[in-house]
This record gives sequence, structure tokens and C-alpha cells, in this order.
Amino acid sequence: VFTEEDKYGLYSNLLFKYFLAEGVVCGHDLFVASAKEHPDNILKDLPAPLLDDTYRNELGEEATAVKSEDFQDSMKIAWRYQNLPKMEASPTTSTKFGHYYDVSKTMSPELFQSIKWHSFYLPKELSLQPKMKTCHMNSAYAKVLQSIQRIIYQEGFDGSDPQKNQKNILRIGIQSLGSMLWGDDICSSDTPEDIHSLTKFLYVLRGLLRKSLSACIITVPAHLIQNKAIMERVTNLSDTVVGLESFIGSERETNPLYKDYHGLVHVHQIPRLNSLICDVSDTKDLAFRLKRKLFTIERLHLPPDLSDTVSRASKQDLAESAKLLSSGCGAMAIGKKHLDF
Amino acid sequence: QGKFTLLRDTRTDGSFLVHHFLSFYLRAGCKVCFVALLQSFSHYNIVAQKLGVSLTAAKERGQLVFLEGLKSCLDLLFGEEEEEQSAQPSPLQFISESASNLKALFDFVRTSLTPGGGDSWKGPVLLVDDLSVLLSLGATPVAVLDFIHYCRVAVCSQLKGNIVVLVHSNEDSEDEENELVVNSLCHHSDLILWVEGLATGFCKDVHGQIKIIRRVSLELTAEQDHIQIYQYKIQDKNVTFFARGLSAAVL
Repeated sequence: VFTEEDKYGLYSNLLFKYFLAEGVVCGHDLFVASAKEHPDNILKDLPAPLLDDTYRNELGEEATAVKSEDFQDSMKIAWRYQNLPKMEASPTTSTKFGHYYDVSKTMSPELFQSIKWHSFYLPKELSLQPKMKTCHMNSAYAKVLQSIQRIIYQEGFDGSDPQKNQKNILRIGIQSLGSMLWGDDICSSDTPEDIHSLTKFLYVLRGLLRKSLSACIITVPAHLIQNKAIMERVTNLSDTVVGLESFIGSERETNPLYKDYHGLVHVHQIPRLNSLICDVSDTKDLAFRLKRKLFTIERLHLPPDLSDTVSRASKQDLAESAKLLSSGCGAMAIGKKHLDF
Repeated sequence: QGKFTLLRDTRTDGSFLVHHFLSFYLRAGCKVCFVALLQSFSHYNIVAQKLGVSLTAAKERGQLVFLEGLKSCLDLLFGEEEEEQSAQPSPLQFISESASNLKALFDFVRTSLTPGGGDSWKGPVLLVDDLSVLLSLGATPVAVLDFIHYCRVAVCSQLKGNIVVLVHSNEDSEDEENELVVNSLCHHSDLILWVEGLATGFCKDVHGQIKIIRRVSLELTAEQDHIQIYQYKIQDKNVTFFARGLSAAVL
């Protein structure tokens, strides 16, 4: 899983922690690599899981508030839409998949007791010499790979040792890959020294993941990478690519279209594994918002255009955002033309 | 016989064509060398079973030579010292060497497709998925084109076999090396299957359109290339093609 970081790294950090927290709650083993923050600190900061009842109550409250207002009003003008099912903004809680987390509280240390976690903090590992052939890869990347490979082998995630009948999953999280802290200069210069380091790293990592029972999330500051060709190659090498675009500091923050949300979620690619097709949801327009306790991803609702005087500027903006919304994901199709009626 | 087919995808995923050609040639009884750089063996195996072909059985009877790029790369980087010296050089050796030379890969292809003593298969086929990955791994565009050229000489001319290669491309791509390789291959192909996403965006019922270009102009008969355009929808075990605008959802 590959996440393009938003400009200030706030929200992608949150997703990263969610991934790790889910691992703790499910009893998976963890491997955290970072060059910026010590993994111990990251792990101390994971959100606490919500007990089923509390979350259902919260969600239930909101749902009932909405329902009581507009239940069976028959539509007068747009009556054709009457027969369509009511659109759910957030996924229904009928099928439980995963856990929910409370962002305002941190996870209690007792939950960590049951799982094994490994960390890789770059400043500490600088003195080690990688034993594997570096093949002209950035040495920091090589060290991470070696570390991951060692753990996969030792803990038996790749099924190589029949004695260790490991049926557990290793969740790997790598933070801010490609940034200058990893010793890679793709974020700072247009013609970096070794343009292939990151892609080679991803390829080898992909091989390791395919060979073992593990899943990995990587966050990358995509907005800093000057050479766009690298991002295209990276997208090709990943299974899932999600981009987070936060509204902080951009003109969209004050745009009335987006007042309920904190940012957009762009799903660039979803995995097409073991089958000819992939499971695509009906809608591509997703936005996220960070409430006091919850981080939710919802379908983007454009508020109705109720203003009497619709100026040219806002129409243009609507067209722009509509163009943005019509972009699909790489596995299916991305359109460029905006149909004008 | 002796044809070079280029599978090209833009803004969408054309790998369903790779699965199709794989099962097609295996069912036809050809000897296939499959260089799978992006996915694991089990992925192709599971899809092939849905299409009615068993890759494990084909491998066992020697009809299929499968190079799993991911696994081979791992063996190269994390392999033990003793194994190194006894085994043959890895086909993906260029990753660890500074010389961007795909000769080892070519040797692998040639040895696997050269008919052995007891072989009774029909024409050899080389299938590559996908070529753009070689650029990500450090090969220069010239090295990739040289590799394809050598393969064409060996497989198409000498062994009278076919080659099918998948590449990714993008109209406004910033990846110049990739575009260079793709354009060059387009000029040399006998048949181009170009899979594109719909220009108007995502649609649930029509997954994209495919352009079939038969390069008749290469045969020096002063004819233009034949171009046919269809749209398609991918299902679990099948892909349906139909003329533009005539999707089942519309009719």
C-alpha cells in the first residue's frame, strides 16, 4: 500500500498509525521503520481502539439525527430520483471489517504485550554495514531491506522453516520514504544521483512481500519529488496507491464546496491480484475529515448550488473540481475530457 | 509465425491481455517462455485456472518456462555465497552490476526456447510482463531495446516463434525513457493491441477501449495500417468485446 503524503504530513501520519494500530489489535507482528521519529515514539502514539458499543452509539446518534429530518418527503421536482436508494455517506456498520479507533486517546501499553514488534530507526543503524549486495542502491534502503528480510526469515513468515509454523502476518510500516532523511536526494534535486534507488528498493520489497505473509504501508512525500517519472514508475510497482490532499494552506480551504471536509482522498490504483478484475466501488470521489475523535473517509458531497447570483469565478471552480472528481483510478480508467452540456 | 506483438496500455491495466495470450499459446501447444517481472507465479496460476489452463502442469511437462522476476531478484540479492558459484548466473544479473547489460536475460530466454532433444512442441513463444519494469530496475532504454532486438532475431527469425510484450505508456508522461522504448517498439511491431481507458472517465459497464492495429504498412505493399477499435468489459473469467457504443448496458 502506498500513500502519497499530504503537504504537512498530518493526515498521512494518521493513516500510518491506523495501519499499525489495526495490526496490534489483530495480533499481527509489527515492523516499523523511520528516519525521522523513533519507532518507539510512533508506537506510543497509536490511537486507542474503540469498543464496539461506543462507536456504534456515536454513529447511531448521527444517523438518527439525519433520518428524523428527511424521511418520506416525496420529491416534487427531482421525482425521478425518488426510487434510488438513499446514499450512504459512510460505510454501513452491518458488515464489520476491521476496527475503529479513537484518535483522542492513545493505545494502552497492555495491548502491546501480546505482539512482537521490531523497529528500524535509521540514525541508530548507520553504523551497521549491510551484508547483502547493495547493487548500487542507497545504503539506507539496503539496510532496511536487509532488516526486513532477516526478520521474515528468522520469524518464519516466509514458510521456509517448517518448524516455525507461523500463521501470523507481519505488518510493515515505512515512514517518509524518499525524503532527504533517508539519504536520497530525489526530493531536493531535479537530476538526482541515483534515480533508480527508490524503484529498485520497491521492487525488492515487493518480492519480499509476495514471498511472505506480510503487508506494508509506505508513506512518501510525493509533492517534494521533482522528477515525476519516478512517481509514475513507483505507481506501477505498487499494488495500491492512495493520495491524500489536505486543504490546509491551499485555496480550497475557504472554498464553500469543501467546507465540511479536511481534504480529498485520491485512489490512484487498487490491486488486481489473482483475478482478471478488481473490486471497484461505485464512486471515486472521496474526502476525509478529522473530527475530534474520529478520522472518517466519506463520499464527497457537493452542497447544492443555492446561491442566486452565481458568478463566473465559482462556476469555473466547480468545473475544475468536477474534472478532478471525474478522474478514476489507474486500474480502471482515467478520463481527461470534461463533458460539457 | 515470427510475429512481434506489442501490448500497450494507457491509463488502465492491460494485463488481462497477458493472461489471455498465456493461456492461448499454452492451449495451442506452443512452448512458452514467460518472463514475469511484476507478479508472482501464484497470481498467474490462479487466473490461468479460471481460464482453463494449469500453469503448474505446463511447467512440469516442460511446456512452460517461467521466470519469476521478483523471486529471482531476491535470490540474487540475498542468496548465499556457496549457491552463487555453483549455480548459473542469474538472468537478472544486471541489477547488481554496474554495466546495464541484459545479456544474461537474453541467454536465459534463448536457452529456454531452443528446442531440446525430446521436445515436440509447436513454435516457441516469448511473453514479457512487463518491459517497463526493466527501466525501473536500472536498465537503460538502449539496453532494453537491444535485448528486444536480440530476442527478435533469435525467436522470430531463427526459431520462427512469436513474441508478445506488454508495456505501459501515457500520453503526457514525464517518463521520457519509457516513452522512447514504447515508441521504438511500436515502429517495429507487427501487431499492436492498445488498451486505453475511456476518454470520458470511469464507467462501470465499459472498462475501456482496445485499438487493434495491424501494421500492414510494414509489408511494403503501400497499404495503410488497419485499425479497429472495440470497447470491452472485463468479467471474472472472461472479457467481452463489443463495438463502440453498443455495450450491453446501453442496449
